[in-house]
Amino acid sequence: MSGDNTMNSTSESASGQQAVLPPMMSDSRGWTAERIIGTTWLFLWALGGLGILWFLLDSNNVALSVTWAEQFPYFADVRLTADASFLEKFGGKLLDGFIVTLQLVAASLVLGALISIPTAAMRMTTIKLLRWIAYAYVYFFRGTPLLAQTFLIYYGSGSFQAVLKDVGMWWFFRDAWNCALLAFSLNTGAYQAEILRGSIQNVPKGQWEAADALGLSRLVTFWKIILPQALIVSLRPYGNEIILMIKGSAIASIITIFDLMGETRRAFSRTFDFQAYIWAALAYLIMVETLRRLWDVFERRLTRHIGHH
Amino acid sequence: MDEILVMLSYGPLGWGDEILKGTMMTVGLALASLPIGFALGLLLALAKRSSEPNLRSAANIYTTLFRGLPELLTLFLVYYGGQMLVQRVVGLFGVEHFEVNAFFAGMIALSLVFSSYASEAFLSAFKGIPRGQYEGAYALGISRVKTFFLVILPQLIRLALPALGNLWLILLKETSLVSIIGLADLIRYSNTAARVTKEPFLFFSVACAIYLVLAVVSSYGLSHVEGWAKRGERSK
Repeated sequence: MSGDNTMNSTSESASGQQAVLPPMMSDSRGWTAERIIGTTWLFLWALGGLGILWFLLDSNNVALSVTWAEQFPYFADVRLTADASFLEKFGGKLLDGFIVTLQLVAASLVLGALISIPTAAMRMTTIKLLRWIAYAYVYFFRGTPLLAQTFLIYYGSGSFQAVLKDVGMWWFFRDAWNCALLAFSLNTGAYQAEILRGSIQNVPKGQWEAADALGLSRLVTFWKIILPQALIVSLRPYGNEIILMIKGSAIASIITIFDLMGETRRAFSRTFDFQAYIWAALAYLIMVETLRRLWDVFERRLTRHIGHH
Repeated sequence: MDEILVMLSYGPLGWGDEILKGTMMTVGLALASLPIGFALGLLLALAKRSSEPNLRSAANIYTTLFRGLPELLTLFLVYYGGQMLVQRVVGLFGVEHFEVNAFFAGMIALSLVFSSYASEAFLSAFKGIPRGQYEGAYALGISRVKTFFLVILPQLIRLALPALGNLWLILLKETSLVSIIGLADLIRYSNTAARVTKEPFLFFSVACAIYLVLAVVSSYGLSHVEGWAKRGERSK
């Protein structure tokens, strides 16, 4: 939505500028430098796209065979042949990996949301100790790489093997899936807490005061007045956080989880067939773009009463 | 406790020197990617503001691509894909074996990602510059190129700095991914040290602590740079 806005306002201001300044280039769109660069660039993209398509067809030995005949219609048989041994062998696995990625992301986001609510509350409380703890948690998980956090939990738990065995928690940390889920949930929990806190504090103070003047309790004010406004503000950052999580989840493959990235790496290491990475790229792009577009529709629907469009 | 100090010490017994070397590599990679990403991001923002629809579409395809792909996958695509492409090209000249450098691949991949996000930062900064700035410069007879470099760019950087600072912090963290294709960075050395000493928690905690220190130092530096960029406003 904001993307469309950007586009409109920029083109408007660009044409507005042309109206104010005397024309520096002829009004009929000739072959200006910008147009040449843009067209060449677009042409290169198209070439790249065709190249990838050709690469995928070639990798799977797709061929069109035509048997010619003497009389009309001159061809006896047209056959499309393919030898997609890579896809036959790994296609199903890549699909499984895709499902694993979706599960990992969904579970992390939900757990992260659960973590974020008390964290955001603690960040806003007047009790200094709680505020400090929440701040340290958020700062740590936003200030260090997700990869380092994942390693810290997965490999680092090995340092406490004896202790963890004693308290009967070792089964949890032994499993890479649990460790990735824990690391991702804690990570997105920290980011979501900040989104939540930022959007709640963004609601003008007058809203609280007006509700107070009307004699509404603080709890009712929060649930019925503050939170709905805050959630609308936080829609966009939440959407971005989901996208970041989808992309970040590829890190799970490093600690032996066979998500989409993990299956892709396995397929590549077995065959050295680069199409593995092409399929993965297409899958991630489709996932992220679909979500982005759905989120735009969702956001436009939820904010239609504001009418700032 | 003494054992820990020995393990972290600088010298042949400890891992302090390796960790320091890795930290330098991490910072070096981020610093090397920054100017390329910055310049590309600015060019992309200019392309997206163009009145020429072909140029806008081409730039938008670029950002959709590199903002949609996981950074790890972009890195692999550049590293393995680049390897295969370069191999095929130099193979024509009879070169038998050629290896793409992990640092170089990381630098390219991180610059591609950084520039797509930076272009959005620049684009919204452009919106903060009133049209009167262009008109004023035109009225003074300043050429288009000079207007951009002397009038628009300084304001643009000031407006884009907070977002760019954020992107720098993200970039610093993303360099950790390059350890997976074998670059001897902070994570790589921590991993080795963890395996040799069997103290993974210690070494990954140290790595995290160093990333935090880098973030704190960066934020401190960035607030100074922001103050410097705003020096024109302060006198008002």
